Amino acid sequence: MKVRLLYFARLREVFATSQETPELPPNIQTVASLLNWLRQRGGVWAEELAAGRAYRVAINQDLTTQEAVLHENDEIAVFPPVTGG
Amino acid sequence: MKITVQTEAFDLDREVRALYQANPKVGAVASFLGLVRDLNEGQGVATLSLEHYPGMTEKALAQIVEDARRRWEVLDATLIHRVGTLHPSEPIVLVAVASSHRGDAFAACEFIMDFLKTRAPFWKKEATPEGERWVDARESDERAAARWQV
Repeated sequence: MKVRLLYFARLREVFATSQETPELPPNIQTVASLLNWLRQRGGVWAEELAAGRAYRVAINQDLTTQEAVLHENDEIAVFPPVTGG
Repeated sequence: MKITVQTEAFDLDREVRALYQANPKVGAVASFLGLVRDLNEGQGVATLSLEHYPGMTEKALAQIVEDARRRWEVLDATLIHRVGTLHPSEPIVLVAVASSHRGDAFAACEFIMDFLKTRAPFWKKEATPEGERWVDARESDERAAARWQV
C-alpha cells in the first residue's frame, strides 16, 4: 500500500526530509508496524523512533495511537510533542 | 467562530470588540493573550520561529473550540495563532470567548488554551547568538490539559 509520510520540526531536520510516499510491504498494516519498518533504516531513524522517545503520530490530520490501522493513500505525520501557544 | 493561523500581527481590541458589538446577549468576553518570552534568560536577544502542520493545525483548533462549546455556553469565540519569526514581547496567540456570564467565558478560554498547548501541531524554535534549538514540550502543560478530564 502506498502512503504519504510527513515529518515536522526537529524530526524533519534530523531525518533531512519533510515527506516521502513509500510503497509499504504487505505486512505493514498498523502505526506500530510502520514505526518498526522506519526504525529498520537504522541511524537517526532507529534512534529517534526508539521506544521511550517522545513523538506523536497523526493519520489524516488526527492524532492517533500505535494500534491504528493504515489505509491506502493515508497521510501519516510523525512529529515531536507540540510546543505552540 | 473565527480560527486563524497567520504571520501578521493582530489587534486585540478589534478582535474582542467584534465578539460583542453585534450581539447584545454577550455579557462577558474572556481573552487570553500569549506573548513571546525571552527564553534565553538574558544571554542575548532570542528570536522565535514557529512551524506548524497546515491543515491539521486548523482542524485541531476547530475541534478544541467545538469541545469547549459542548461544555460551556460559548456565544462566539476567536482564536488567532501566529507563525513565522517573532521577537520577545510580541503577541503570539489570542483566545477570546464571548458568553452571557463570566464563568463560562473564563473556563472555556482556559480550556481552549490548555488543549492548544498540548494538541495543536505548532513547534517553536529559538534562535540565540549561541545557535538554534527546538523548544522542549513541558510536562506541566500536559498536566494542565489533564485536569479537565476529557
